Amino acid sequence: MSVRKSKFNKIKMNTKGKVKGIIANLVIVEADGPVSQNEICYIIMYDVKLMAEVIKITGNNAYIQVFESTRGLKVNTIVEFTGHMLEATLGPGILSKNFDGLQHDLDKMEGIFLKKGDYAPALEDDKLWEFKPISDIGDIVIPGSWLGEVKENWMPHKIMVPFKFQGKYSVKSIAAAGKYSINDTIAVLYDSNKNEIPITMVQKWPVKIPIKAYKKKPRPFKLMETGIRVIDSLNPIVEGGTGFIPGPFGTGKTVLQHALSKQAEADMIIIAACGERANEVVEIFAEFPKLDDPRTGRKLTERTTIIANTSNMPVAAREASVYTAMTIAEYYRSMGLKILLLADSTSRWAQALREMSNRMEELPGPDAFPMDLPAIISNFYARAGFVYLNNGKSGSVTFIGTVSPAGGNLKEPVTESTKKVARCFYALSQERADSKRYPAIEAVDSYSKYIEYPELQKYIKENISEKWVDNIMLAKNILIRGKETYEQINILGNDSVPVDYHQQFWKSEVVDFVILQQDAFDTVDASTPIERQQYMMEKVLNIYRLNFKFESFEEVNPYFKRIINTCKQMNYSKYKSKKFKIFETELEEIIQERT
Amino acid sequence: MQTSAFQKIYTKINNITKATCSLHADGVGYEETATVNGKLAQVVKIQGNLITLQIFSGTEGIPTNAEVIFSGHAPILSVSDELSGRFFNAHGQPIDGGPEIDGKPVEIGGPSVNPVRRKQPSELIATGIAGIDLNNTLVTGQKIPFFADPDQPYNQIMAMVALRAKADKIILGGMGLTDDDYLFFKNVFENAGATDRIVSFVNTTEDPPVERLLVPDMALTAAEYFATEKNQNVLVLLTDMTLYADALSIVSNRMDQIPSKDSMPGSLYSDLARLYEKAVQFPTGGSVTIIAVTTLSGGDITHAIPDNTGYITEGQLFLRKDSDIGKVIIDPFRSLSRLKQLVIGKKTGEDHPQVMNTAVRLFADAANAKTKSENGFDLTDYDQRTLKFAKEYSNQLLAVDINIEIEEMINTGWKLFNKYFTKSEIGIKDEIYEKYGNL
Repeated sequence: MSVRKSKFNKIKMNTKGKVKGIIANLVIVEADGPVSQNEICYIIMYDVKLMAEVIKITGNNAYIQVFESTRGLKVNTIVEFTGHMLEATLGPGILSKNFDGLQHDLDKMEGIFLKKGDYAPALEDDKLWEFKPISDIGDIVIPGSWLGEVKENWMPHKIMVPFKFQGKYSVKSIAAAGKYSINDTIAVLYDSNKNEIPITMVQKWPVKIPIKAYKKKPRPFKLMETGIRVIDSLNPIVEGGTGFIPGPFGTGKTVLQHALSKQAEADMIIIAACGERANEVVEIFAEFPKLDDPRTGRKLTERTTIIANTSNMPVAAREASVYTAMTIAEYYRSMGLKILLLADSTSRWAQALREMSNRMEELPGPDAFPMDLPAIISNFYARAGFVYLNNGKSGSVTFIGTVSPAGGNLKEPVTESTKKVARCFYALSQERADSKRYPAIEAVDSYSKYIEYPELQKYIKENISEKWVDNIMLAKNILIRGKETYEQINILGNDSVPVDYHQQFWKSEVVDFVILQQDAFDTVDASTPIERQQYMMEKVLNIYRLNFKFESFEEVNPYFKRIINTCKQMNYSKYKSKKFKIFETELEEIIQERT
Repeated sequence: MQTSAFQKIYTKINNITKATCSLHADGVGYEETATVNGKLAQVVKIQGNLITLQIFSGTEGIPTNAEVIFSGHAPILSVSDELSGRFFNAHGQPIDGGPEIDGKPVEIGGPSVNPVRRKQPSELIATGIAGIDLNNTLVTGQKIPFFADPDQPYNQIMAMVALRAKADKIILGGMGLTDDDYLFFKNVFENAGATDRIVSFVNTTEDPPVERLLVPDMALTAAEYFATEKNQNVLVLLTDMTLYADALSIVSNRMDQIPSKDSMPGSLYSDLARLYEKAVQFPTGGSVTIIAVTTLSGGDITHAIPDNTGYITEGQLFLRKDSDIGKVIIDPFRSLSRLKQLVIGKKTGEDHPQVMNTAVRLFADAANAKTKSENGFDLTDYDQRTLKFAKEYSNQLLAVDINIEIEEMINTGWKLFNKYFTKSEIGIKDEIYEKYGNL
């Protein structure tokens, strides 16, 4: 069997094949021509076509994973190979859509139940877009260069030279401003041989290959505000950064991801609901059209795209879903936008890999996962990042994935592989969840490697505050010491330790209750802007620095509970409102009592 | 199963293992059913014209010249109103002596609901049990299991919940039920005069374990029929899902698959999710709610079965015996209803969420105080009060023998707070406290 030269070349004559064997969604096909690894093919079953991907080739036999149930499939069924890998369709109209893992438009599918082989196209062919040219005739352009733009919701959607092109081109003609559909020619380019190449608003790109139409990818350095205090104030993430949230079930992974998707300071949010509960996606479908984006005042749906491959949808498409989401993120990044990509959960994707590896009878690695799992995970995380585009503009893809460790044990392969590559680690703790201390992020065990980046430290000093980084260190230190004293009090007993120990412990509780804990369901407390976070952090650290006078340890607990209670009331009140100020005065009075 | 005119009969089996047999046959579809000497079987693997059949009741006594007849379709259930009040085995055949069902044959384990067509669940299911209604409120379209050790009365509680839930239909899927428990369900439903709204699919401990694999799909297919065609609110009870998972591991073991954690198949998550995700609120008004049982071994929720279940279901109800009051309670720490946010404070009193959280927080303080006293330390006055509070809270709200309205549960909460704690210890948002706290 000949190997084709380029993965992008169309083959002259489409290869066909016949089904030879079936084990669940792994199907063995005898092909009559060239077949490439990861090529997409369709099984022609009665009147429906089942989409599948080649995952192994031996001799004339292609092993394909079918993105659908294979119920009723028979041997000798005809299979048609397409000559290309799984590709995302990129163009205006992606924003606000709900896709399945293979980028089919879920809203366009008929009926309540998903029908086998019902593949609704990703974009609308007939919708007209208001086009404005950006480049001029004679301009020299390269893949990713902006030719024009259309307004997608409120966002300027750049029409770019397709990423699949290679080398330099010059603009022969460009369409005048006006209304066009995605398949209309909006520009004609000359290649180096003066061949004319028409350009439309839509292009395709294989999802498993990173889009690299940018000049350089420096270390990320800009803080990305999330409004979640335990993240911003203690373990900040950056534009173009990577993070992961492992946690046993019931510790609030999903609530946290939803909070991020609502509040994070990004131009576009892509949510890959990968192998998780359908009702959680429904929550987004139901709420986002109603919720306002605090920054733009527009509805959250306007900046959100959802890739939904819930746990009951075909397993093979689960793996594809995260790649589809990443490819869309990279596409929008090339327009100079800030993208936040959330995947819930990457463990389900790893499990899909395991199921397939098992059916192919590969020798298993730890916990029966495929041996190359760490490599697959690290390649994927590496696609995130902050980039400078060739035109000098910048864009970013920030990626945060959740991990669902089996039995809550962080020593399992998916968590360990992810820990090696993700730079922020948000550990959700069962203990905190049990005592309803939400978000249940264990602030001390969690980390953000970005704090150590001089680039970020410089950025924070210039744009937020001189003391921010020091405050982070101090707050963490208070928490660690609080934990230690708590253990000592527990071992030695309340009255056998100096009263100061109690004070030390309760000061860490103030940090915990006032900074770390946040009520995701309260309209005010749910999201805290950086300025307010700073204000409260200073308040809390100030309390820490004071030396309160106590006669006996029994006075400590009720006193600090009053402080915490008043601070919490502040958190629940609108920033600097009358109510906020009343509680603030109350807090000052309580502090006066014992200093 | 009847033989129709043009069905080809095969009589040469090549291989026989404990659970499967293989033979050469043409034109067979994947997952198609067949009978092998009258025993029900299903196609699990096709290699060329070599077909591997899984025989649900085991291959004991099957000869190499057994008669194999393929049905041409996946396992089916005939659905119609006639299902009401009837008892079936795992294959959907009546076991109550009544006639066969005259209805529309439907393949079980059908397609999934398009997520964009789902409606967000919003109807509260009241059970009268405060451990559920107050702390872990259930909603139609939800899926939630009881996590319980085998010695706990989970089947009794489930039957109670089912009868109080005011569902249009209750579908019982019993897997590995003891005969006693099967009769218990039958009696409870009959005594409540509810038989006509109940459909049961039962595999008892006397039946072959692999047959259990069909039970949830049968139950859920019937549920989907009533929910979509009749727009009814259907409650599906699945007990015990641990035994279902055990059956999965038996099959995967016999198919030479590499086991992952706890000898379970690597696909356990997907296998369970496929079932639980059938819980749905349809846009047309009908709904499927699933309440299941997952038995634990010594309360260990890190075992692959409860662990994977927990990641799939919308919470869990954890049964535990509270030694202080000598009753079974719904453990407020380990239990969770993920959908409660959709109804509490909206369909119930505005103060519900805060009362719920505060009570649990104080209960946690009591647990700490208890540990302290067990370690021989003196308790503070606050500790003493939390302990007293915990006892009353457990007795009046957490115990499973409670049957009161939600409003009363919230009021009981406030009463207990005010009895033992000061306002700052209660720590509830001022405006809520002023409005509801001064009873």
